[in-house]
Amino acid sequence: MNNLMQLISLNMVFTTLRLAIPLTLASIGGVFCERSGIVNLGIEGMMLFGAFGAVAGTYATGSPWLGMLVAILVGGLVGLLHATLCVRFRTNQAVSGVGINIFASGLTVVLCRAIWSSDGISGDVEQIPSVTVPLLNKIPLIGPFFTNQSPYLYFTVAIVAVSWFVMYRTKVGLRLRTIGDHPKAAATAGINVTRYRYAAVVLCGMLCGMAGSFLSIVQSNLFVKEMVAGRGYMALAATIFGGWNPLGSFLASILFAFAQAIRMNISLNIPDQFLQMIPYLLTMLVLMGVGRKVKGPQAAGDITD
Amino acid sequence: MEQVKERRWIPLVNNLVVSAAAVLLSLVLSAVIMAIVGYSPAAAFSAMLQGAFGSANSIANTLGKSVPLIFVGLACAFTNKGGIFNIGCEGQLYMGAFTAAITAIALQGMPRMAVILLSFGAGMLGGALVGGFNGLLKAKMQINEVIVAIMLNYIMKFFTSYWVNGPLQEEGSMIAQTASVGEENMLTKLIPKTQLTTALWIALAAAVIMYFFFARTRMGYNIRAVGENALAAQASGVAMSSTIVLTMAVSGAIAGLTGVTEVFGKTGKFVDGFSPGYGFTGIAVAVLGRNNPFGVVLSALLFGIMEAGSMKMSYVAGVSTSMINVMQGLVILFVATPNLVKFLNIGKGGK
Amino acid sequence: MLAVEMRGITKRFGNFAANDGIDLLVEKGEIHCLLGENGAGKTTLMNILFGLYRADEGVLKINGESVTGHSARKAFQMGLGMVHQHFMLVDALTVWENVVVGNEPGKFAIDRKDSIRRVQEISDRYHFDLNVTEKVSELSVGMKQRVEILKTLYRGAEIIIFDEPTAVLSPPEVLQLLDIFRDMKKQGKTIIFITHKLNETKAVSDHVTVLRAGKSLETVATADVTVDSLASMMVGHDVSLELQREPSRPGETVLELKNVRLLPNAQSTVSMEIREGEIVGIAGVEGNGQKQLEELILGFQKCREGSIYMMGDDVTRWSTRKRCGKGIGYIPSDRHQRAILPGFSIQDNYLLGNQFSPEYVKNGMIRRKFLHERTLELMKAYDVRAVDEKQSAGSLSGGNQQKMVLSREVGKDTRFVLACQPVRGLDIGAIRYIHEILLDLKKKGKGILLISAELTDILQLSDRIAVLYKGEILAMRKNEDYTTDSIGLLMAGQKGGQ
Repeated sequence: MNNLMQLISLNMVFTTLRLAIPLTLASIGGVFCERSGIVNLGIEGMMLFGAFGAVAGTYATGSPWLGMLVAILVGGLVGLLHATLCVRFRTNQAVSGVGINIFASGLTVVLCRAIWSSDGISGDVEQIPSVTVPLLNKIPLIGPFFTNQSPYLYFTVAIVAVSWFVMYRTKVGLRLRTIGDHPKAAATAGINVTRYRYAAVVLCGMLCGMAGSFLSIVQSNLFVKEMVAGRGYMALAATIFGGWNPLGSFLASILFAFAQAIRMNISLNIPDQFLQMIPYLLTMLVLMGVGRKVKGPQAAGDITD
Repeated sequence: MEQVKERRWIPLVNNLVVSAAAVLLSLVLSAVIMAIVGYSPAAAFSAMLQGAFGSANSIANTLGKSVPLIFVGLACAFTNKGGIFNIGCEGQLYMGAFTAAITAIALQGMPRMAVILLSFGAGMLGGALVGGFNGLLKAKMQINEVIVAIMLNYIMKFFTSYWVNGPLQEEGSMIAQTASVGEENMLTKLIPKTQLTTALWIALAAAVIMYFFFARTRMGYNIRAVGENALAAQASGVAMSSTIVLTMAVSGAIAGLTGVTEVFGKTGKFVDGFSPGYGFTGIAVAVLGRNNPFGVVLSALLFGIMEAGSMKMSYVAGVSTSMINVMQGLVILFVATPNLVKFLNIGKGGK
Repeated sequence: MLAVEMRGITKRFGNFAANDGIDLLVEKGEIHCLLGENGAGKTTLMNILFGLYRADEGVLKINGESVTGHSARKAFQMGLGMVHQHFMLVDALTVWENVVVGNEPGKFAIDRKDSIRRVQEISDRYHFDLNVTEKVSELSVGMKQRVEILKTLYRGAEIIIFDEPTAVLSPPEVLQLLDIFRDMKKQGKTIIFITHKLNETKAVSDHVTVLRAGKSLETVATADVTVDSLASMMVGHDVSLELQREPSRPGETVLELKNVRLLPNAQSTVSMEIREGEIVGIAGVEGNGQKQLEELILGFQKCREGSIYMMGDDVTRWSTRKRCGKGIGYIPSDRHQRAILPGFSIQDNYLLGNQFSPEYVKNGMIRRKFLHERTLELMKAYDVRAVDEKQSAGSLSGGNQQKMVLSREVGKDTRFVLACQPVRGLDIGAIRYIHEILLDLKKKGKGILLISAELTDILQLSDRIAVLYKGEILAMRKNEDYTTDSIGLLMAGQKGGQ
């Protein structure tokens, strides 16, 4: 009973939200990328670059906000690499993604050692501080959501809303959805498919970079080797679980984060490993069951035209 | 006519050129990265070679490090031949190592040969079941094999982790690992005090068998045919679903061997999270080896040299051991992009 | 006023002239049929008009304006629209979304209300009977085609090209489409209707231009011609029987179909038998069940109604594998899709389909030596020209690929050969050679089912001919009992041709 109460405690809510932030950002990136017809297995690596870029940027400039921008920029550059390989050179998209991950896990550590002479752990840098929104924090019930929260929480909510709007209410979104399902139809309608693909993959990289920066300069104040620790693949799962829809990805991320939060905050009789398994198990079950109806972009992974 | 005659060598030459060019490009780019960061590439590379070949023991360790990469590379190449992408080797090799270890523990006291054979069989079966399940979902439900494989990787990792952190954890041990499979059941070391065991012969045998399997057997031909043109294979009477499941299952079994030989050649027990991402490196090995079993052996050796030399490179030249991941990542990106090599050729005033 | 003026259009692919000095004059506001058999050059001509190909010679004017440096984008701007045979629609999107994509009202956000209103308005104006907020996946084929038409109308197309639009439609849907054509004409649109169906041509068009073998015959007013005369124009009378076809000596039955339903909406089922030592030809315009016939015999498709017998065995429920074991020489209609492993050596291609034969594979092991000898033998016997047997099959010319497939399939020890579109895409020399091979096989006592869209093939080779129309056999007679006119009419579904 006591445990059940804890499940819905404020502490749980905030732990869940905090864990959901990087997943949401990266999985929305995944949505844009896959909607353009490019499969991205390199989310993990892009996040890792972002995490490192944020710390290195903060270290160089002294400002964590500039660190965040560096993370976004670095992520975008890696996205550009993936896009160039997949679109311009028709590289196997899965292989490119795997290559980016390996490359990222290597280069971040090499650079980390070059800067801080330590394999796999950077020096401390300044964090992005939490904020309390005046006035709003006084409102009962929702007040705590505006008290001592990371600005990333608000960024993320805004990005979810904007992404959903862009995807389902704007020209760009309609065209992107057309490209993912039927690139030829898009091309005959006069849409520049290539340009959209580049833009979508670069955007994905930027969001992944931002997601990575959350891990290193918001939740923490340094870079640690492999600090993304599989969250990139989990974000990919959230992209799919959420039905390639920004809002769905957000909800999926919250669900996955909730499973993690249970692990961290509550002692249940369920072994830890099974809780950790939940996101992957759920995604697979969705693919096997209802997921057969919820189809992803029909032409993802295939750019033979 | 002369020109036409040359043409038939182009695929083979192309493969070699692309792989060699990819390796070269990645080494050059790695050198550039090291130079920019402030290291001496020459010192780093020579230290790496020293570390890999400096003594008989270091050569043995280089070969020892190559062994798991040969297995996992063969596993990836196997499905690639059949037009399937197996990114699930990681999960398969965990399962393989786990089932092999618990089988050996259960069979303690039986003759060495029996323990080894049964454990290897169990390990291959474990990997095959995971791979086969993945293939089944692809064949029967048309679910993309890549995504399922990624999910299975984590599920298997956590599944095995649960057992060695709980019910099957070695008594009195602080480390998440099983009891020992028995010192007497370990594979024989080819050179004492190194990591080189008879697993090397098994790996090389697997490569030879795989070569003949694809070159000489009907099953191998059918798998290749499905990979080349599934509709034509179907028209010739090949049963699609069962071929896909079989391809993934065999690949899973080979991936399972990666884990089994790690247990029986190195650790002696199943250790939680023992794989440093072999499953992903295997993709690089297979792609670099162009899915040819002997090519896989060569590229596994190359990667083994990097792994074995990385420590020396690290303390002599000061570069992080992770530099080898940079090299490997670049190799995989370049080799997967044959058009890039062609493109650079054009740039140099070729055709 | 001419909407489209094409004069002396010539387009060559290598030595082959797909269009050879074609004239096409389309008046504004008319329905103009472009009539011709497959391979007559219709698609090439329309691709030139639409800016996808550039003509080697000739003049192209749209609305009196001479066009050079033509591109698809420019074609849009000049008011051209095309309704493709394969729909360019996204199932997951609604009708209006499919229509407006690329030209959405609104600045950044789409003005939904306006979009829906505009698309619905066009749909209603032409009596399309569409609810534009419905998802495309919910629509029937006929309705999807209307969405395609909507796309062109929404973009303000004045000249709309329809590429074989009735091929995918059921008879009542065809009638509705023709009504839509008339509606569009009333509203001043110009329609170019590509077809090979005579009754539709007669029913709806103002003028007809007949294409035959890459050349245009005169353009005639539809009112001045009969269906019969159109048929003879389309098929031509130059079918020369230069080959020596020996009389058939039919033996045992090798393939029998009993009451097999080819198309779900066919009015009747199909029954026929093929015996040893004869060639049975399936004549008919493509899309009338040929593909289904091919796939049912091989077992790629499940046979839902009727039964299939091979050499006396009921194989209706057999797998492809088991049927192949019974002995089928199979030349697929799409050799690239079904018969060739392009990256494999020629030698390994000769193994395809033989890998279950004990001659080639023993105890699961390929008999390389036998395969090698057999490959060389067949390559020589059938004149497959390659550097050597290790060359990749994909690098062979089309004719040599087909000879490779043919020799492999007839080299099998089978009594039955299914030859589908065996000469498609080949030049005259290769066609001639393949004809000779098929006749030779008949002499050797094999039973051959020949499915071909080329009427000349059918007439030159077949002992008996079945005419397939909308999944039914309209007639099954001896070759001698047809005239080119009567067969042409039957192919167009005119039972009066009897």
